[in-house]
Amino acid sequence: MAIPDLEVLELEAMANTMRQDIIRMLVSVGSGHAGGPLGMAEVFAVLYFRILKKDPKNPFWSERDRLILSNGHICAVSYAAMARAGYFPVEELLTYRKINSRLQGHPHNRSLPGLENTGGTLGQGLSQAVGRCIAGRLDGKKYRVYCVMSDGEHDEGQTWEALMWAGNHKLGNLTTLVDRNNIQIDGHTEDIFPLEPLKDKYEAIKWHVIEIDGHNVREIVAACEEAQHIYEKPTAIICHTVPGKGVSYMENNYEWHGKAPTKEQGEVALAELRAEGDRIQKEMLRAKRGF
Amino acid sequence: MVEPLFDKDIKKAPTRDGYGEAIMELGQTNPDVFVLSGDLTESTRTLKFSKKYPDRFIESGVAEQNMVGMAAGLAFEGKIPFVSSFAAFSPGRNWDQIRVSICYSQANVKIAGSHAGLLTGGDGATHQALEDIAITRCLPSMVVLAPCDKVETKKATIAAAQYIGPVYIRFARDKTPVFTTDNTPFEIGKALMLRDGADATIIACGTMVYPSLEASEKLSKEGYLIRVINSPSIKPIDIDAIIAAAKDTGAIVTAEEHQVYGGLGGAVAEVLTTSFPVPQEIVGVMDTFGESGEPKELWEKYGLTAEHIVSATKKAMERKPRGPKGERAS
Repeated sequence: MAIPDLEVLELEAMANTMRQDIIRMLVSVGSGHAGGPLGMAEVFAVLYFRILKKDPKNPFWSERDRLILSNGHICAVSYAAMARAGYFPVEELLTYRKINSRLQGHPHNRSLPGLENTGGTLGQGLSQAVGRCIAGRLDGKKYRVYCVMSDGEHDEGQTWEALMWAGNHKLGNLTTLVDRNNIQIDGHTEDIFPLEPLKDKYEAIKWHVIEIDGHNVREIVAACEEAQHIYEKPTAIICHTVPGKGVSYMENNYEWHGKAPTKEQGEVALAELRAEGDRIQKEMLRAKRGF
Repeated sequence: MVEPLFDKDIKKAPTRDGYGEAIMELGQTNPDVFVLSGDLTESTRTLKFSKKYPDRFIESGVAEQNMVGMAAGLAFEGKIPFVSSFAAFSPGRNWDQIRVSICYSQANVKIAGSHAGLLTGGDGATHQALEDIAITRCLPSMVVLAPCDKVETKKATIAAAQYIGPVYIRFARDKTPVFTTDNTPFEIGKALMLRDGADATIIACGTMVYPSLEASEKLSKEGYLIRVINSPSIKPIDIDAIIAAAKDTGAIVTAEEHQVYGGLGGAVAEVLTTSFPVPQEIVGVMDTFGESGEPKELWEKYGLTAEHIVSATKKAMERKPRGPKGERAS
């Protein structure tokens, strides 16, 4: 289904807002991960505001789609999306990583309703997604299971155990979104633990693979909708993203994988993001007026 | 308990058979029960279940990390998965997954570890889980059960299915005496006094309970009255039963087919030191790995026979505090 221009812009605007949330959260607490969350803002905006069947006021609704965040360290983007979608007040975002907060540094399913899993030690999410797919299939449920994963966690053996199991058992109700941002803590993935040819590996173990620009809202939507119509295989959407996207000094710099900007750096980041936000708003006005 | 208790022809059966029987019963009575196997279906006695309930049986292959992760996912959808493998591999190999995906996440998953202890049919140290109690007991929210015979293993498995939360059950490969009956009480968190006594108490779990009864019988012939407590629930441990034993008998021996560090002995010592300290001796494997061999040879070499428990009990009694003239306080 073609997505209207205005909705594309609205989703881009949401991604921009979430990026600003992320910067404010990180500056407020002085720790956390910057690169991954900024890089996945469009993917999470599309998932929460276009793709997922959900009810923020009833987070345990049995027919909801399940979103498993395997690479838990990018949870800042997940929290921003959830707050903006109405799961909890936006102000609560500033409790991130602080004592007594529901927004743990790595997400904990029992702390915050709406989180489907606990993620932090890498490579565990996909196995849980597989378990949920098995249950859903046996129970004849219509929900889909989405699993967001990092490229770095493909170093983990468990990831491949789960990938092969899902491929062998034709889990058509499973879609993964792989954040292919090419960085991990120690450097570039192809220097540390090369993964290519990643698409070929997935296809060899019976997955349907779609490669997209992970910042292109249209491509994200189209890939998720395509996955919904692949019944005989699980689908992997390899999202090529720029870590630190939207903040010029963070983009593609692996040193920003796991650190927070200072207050001053945060101001620079927010100024850049606001300028981009203004640009999107102007385009939205034009689109509304039919230019 | 069965009579006569010390019959040399006492019926023997592997505790894993009790697990298999319970799983079949649960398959029938509870449609939410799932079984996952890590390429060890016959060995863990889940083959019958896999044939009768193929929809609820998941062959994970030799992939224990993914296996417990899938179990967590099933549990979040309301299922009650039993993860079946050798204890050396699960919880041995997939401990972090159990810690994060199951315990911290509060997933209602049951981990069944077969071939726990030294008796693995000659497989040797790689397959002899002697650390599994230690590594599960330390996990917040995990229940740890080590039933003493086939009948109790069946009860423990059914109790695990009824309990909401993570449970680890350890059981063994080889045949051991079946000395409890369908009427012997079993409850998570409770120990059971099998014999009363005044001079010392032996607290045992799993395959070491029957040798402990034999030890108490031997000591009775030397004039000692030894209490024997079966403590299948290692976590939560029965604090009241331990303190009562310490107060009533003044000396404690623990016996388990596990390392002396971190197992039942440690759990009992934690209760005694914080509540009512008395001399304690710990019978178990002395901080070493096992090896291949016959059951009798292994228990003999690694210090797990009734005679070893007798010696430890005498030592514990010897260590009881004495009065000014050297007389025993009680």
